[in-house]
Amino acid sequence: MSPAVPLIEAQGLRVERGGTVILDIPLLTVEEGEVLSLIGPNGAGKTTLLQTLSYLVGPFGGTLFFRGRKVGPDLPVLAYRRALAMAFQDPLLFDTTVFENVASGLRIRGVQKREIRAAVREGLALFGIGGLKDRSARSLSGGEAQRVSLARAFAIRPDVMLLDEPFAALDPRSREPLIEDMQAILRRTRTTTLLVTHDLMESLRLSDRIAVMDRGKICQIGAAHEVLNAPVDEFVASFVGTGTILEGRVVRNKGDTVLVSVSGSGEVIESVGAFPVGETVFLCIRPEHVTLSVPSGRAGQESPLPTSARNLFSGAVTKVSPMGFYQKIDFDCGFPLVSYVTLQSCEALKLAEGRRVTASFKASAVHMIKKTADPAESP
Amino acid sequence: MELILEGLRKAFWLLVTFDPEVMGITLLSLKVSGIATLVSLVIGISVGAVVALSRFPGRRIAVTLINTGMGLPPVVVGLFVSIFLWRNGPLGFLGVLYTPTAMIIAQAVIATPIVMGITVAALQQLPKKLRQQILALGATRFQLVLIMTREARLPLLAAVMAGFGGVISEVGASIMVGGNIKGYSRVLTTATVMEASRGNFDTAIALGVILLVLAYGVNLVLTRIQQRERPR
Amino acid sequence: MLFHPVSVKPLSIIFTVLLFLFAVLGAGPVAGREKNLILATTTSTQDSGLLDVLVPLFEKRTGYFVKTIAVGSGQAMVMGEKGEADVLLIHSPEAEIKFVAAGYGINRRLVMHNDFVIVGPPADRAEVSGFKRAAEAFGKIAARQAPFLSRGDNSGTHAEEKGLWKAAGVNPEGQKWYQQTGLGMGQTLNVASEKKAYTLSDRGTYLALKKRLDLAILVEGDRQLLNVYHVIEVNPAKWRKVNSTGAGAFAGFMVAPETQAVIKTFGVDTFGSPLFFPDAGKDEGSLGK
Repeated sequence: MSPAVPLIEAQGLRVERGGTVILDIPLLTVEEGEVLSLIGPNGAGKTTLLQTLSYLVGPFGGTLFFRGRKVGPDLPVLAYRRALAMAFQDPLLFDTTVFENVASGLRIRGVQKREIRAAVREGLALFGIGGLKDRSARSLSGGEAQRVSLARAFAIRPDVMLLDEPFAALDPRSREPLIEDMQAILRRTRTTTLLVTHDLMESLRLSDRIAVMDRGKICQIGAAHEVLNAPVDEFVASFVGTGTILEGRVVRNKGDTVLVSVSGSGEVIESVGAFPVGETVFLCIRPEHVTLSVPSGRAGQESPLPTSARNLFSGAVTKVSPMGFYQKIDFDCGFPLVSYVTLQSCEALKLAEGRRVTASFKASAVHMIKKTADPAESP
Repeated sequence: MELILEGLRKAFWLLVTFDPEVMGITLLSLKVSGIATLVSLVIGISVGAVVALSRFPGRRIAVTLINTGMGLPPVVVGLFVSIFLWRNGPLGFLGVLYTPTAMIIAQAVIATPIVMGITVAALQQLPKKLRQQILALGATRFQLVLIMTREARLPLLAAVMAGFGGVISEVGASIMVGGNIKGYSRVLTTATVMEASRGNFDTAIALGVILLVLAYGVNLVLTRIQQRERPR
Repeated sequence: MLFHPVSVKPLSIIFTVLLFLFAVLGAGPVAGREKNLILATTTSTQDSGLLDVLVPLFEKRTGYFVKTIAVGSGQAMVMGEKGEADVLLIHSPEAEIKFVAAGYGINRRLVMHNDFVIVGPPADRAEVSGFKRAAEAFGKIAARQAPFLSRGDNSGTHAEEKGLWKAAGVNPEGQKWYQQTGLGMGQTLNVASEKKAYTLSDRGTYLALKKRLDLAILVEGDRQLLNVYHVIEVNPAKWRKVNSTGAGAFAGFMVAPETQAVIKTFGVDTFGSPLFFPDAGKDEGSLGK
């Protein structure tokens, strides 16, 4: 089979406003059928990128290819735009019925009445809102309205779906079911999707690839687990929420691992990697990889469990915060450590502020990055 | 007051007996102001939509001019329109001075900036991202303008009422360009002024009452349509 | 091709109604250009109702469509000067003579006359009732500083009034008892009635409103109170677009014997006496005797 042409290819995208460069992307490809998340802090340019890819905002430098055809000369902008669909943070529904709203994209394209009815019914069913068909858009709740907005976009059966923080304005009770439904829908329809979000959990659950953006540039783009577990620099690392980021200096090189002395504490962490002694590094440890155990029996006595974890530290819990499916445990063992624990474990271990616990994690769970002033340098 | 009661009585009598002259005057008022309002809607909404939704150099000046135009004194409009329509004036060749057509022109000039100004305001208060959403659904520029206008239809109905209200009650320009000619260019407002200046106050009041009833009736219909669509 | 707005019905009903009106309006009287005639006359002439009788007669006989524009004598003459009227029917003799002398008007012909009367509150504080000379009455009103209302609008009535003040040797401008309304005759009479003031009015308008007014005729019959109406054709040599044929036809109509007969009896049924006295062909000096 011949190599598939990427669905969208953007070359040399550059947007300047008032002298500042707000988007600068040398190359970005979107493969057919994939879900790509764009995450990053406010002002990173995620929305601008989405707007540029859909030809919604003013002049930009660079070229866009859709299925190999150059948008503009080979492919009229309107035709390209009609292959996309976009939904925003606000539902932005029209002042009419739900049916008419979902049908609007189709009516704009001049689709026949019978086809419209079928497509609308499908779209409504997809999001489980068939019963709202004749309701006025004004009478909908936030969650219902957003479902209608998404149904409206999906009804067009677009080649690419662009979503700009679609769940951000929803209250938690509507968000969760919608994200779940979205997961199923995206998997079932295999719609190529670009999703802008500031919520890491969302991007983890929904996307195949994640692109981390900062100040108009893409810092890192890759498979979800790649970006999360192998952040390319401390910005990405801190953004993807590694949990624990520590600074330290390599004190001993043991071949396939090194010992790093954590700055500000006497503790030493063993990490996989091969940096020279004396090198200053960042250590990234994902909270899911930190296991907590409570000393059993008499106080003060550690239970000598055989474990492959090379890193064992005892200390006290400083904070317990609920985090969706996990409890986030902040822990001080000479340096701050973050762990995720299930609710049951939390209760079983009676984890609370002040509780003395032992934290353990493997050397291979520590991701080490060279501390550098220039984020473009990769380790 | 005795006089007002007399006027009310006369108004009732004129209406109930379908007094032909009064019926003619009333019908003419409706025709002239109705058509003028229609013209002002076509020009006002289309130009207003373009001004509201496009970006072009001098846009702010255009909006300021439109807003100023909303406050144009009707009698000044009448003066200028009549000067233009004078036989020896620049548009004299049209030969429409002292005809209902001239009145329609003057009233349209008065109403158009009103409709335009309200249209601009109505479209500008739509959510800013709505424009992007509509374009993102694949609309052409023309479809964009149409959809945005439809979304703003409630305040635009207010524009219709404002435009109509402004011209059905207008008298200065109507006299100047229409001539208040009996059975030809005499409308409710000009007839009221004439009767009052002759001292026939009961007739003047009667005509005034009929005018009020007319204006009320039209606005009743339009308001019901508008309020039916009111957000629940 | 496009989406369908939700509430189509009421809006489309209104739309069709308006379109219907549009179509109907199109069928208004649109006489050919040559058959249009602009007659500039005064508000008091219009208000007397005489033209409501005469103009339809003329139109029926000749097929012209007469646009009667009622303004003051002064404004009528300005319209004539600008060529914006075809024929004038006014009553301001001094100004008319100047108008014709300047070449703006031709064929100035005497049509009819009525008269002015000095009216005032029945109590008549200034004691001018029964005066034979109008100018003397004016003089006494000024001396007593009795409230007087002027139309102040360059109408024929206003011109007559100014002439009387001149004859009385009085300049009332700016004096507290002398007020200018800028209004038509009917309204001015109403204001005079309310304010218990004196004023000068044409007999016709006074008679028409007498019932409602609290004013009485105090001075009448003076030759100077004669209000003489002429018809003047606008000079086509000055303005090409003037409808001189139509103007000539109308002027001829006004002095024709049958029309003069209508003028003679106009108002008798309603007021008991005629409002106008036909004078076509007479020598002006012989009027009022």
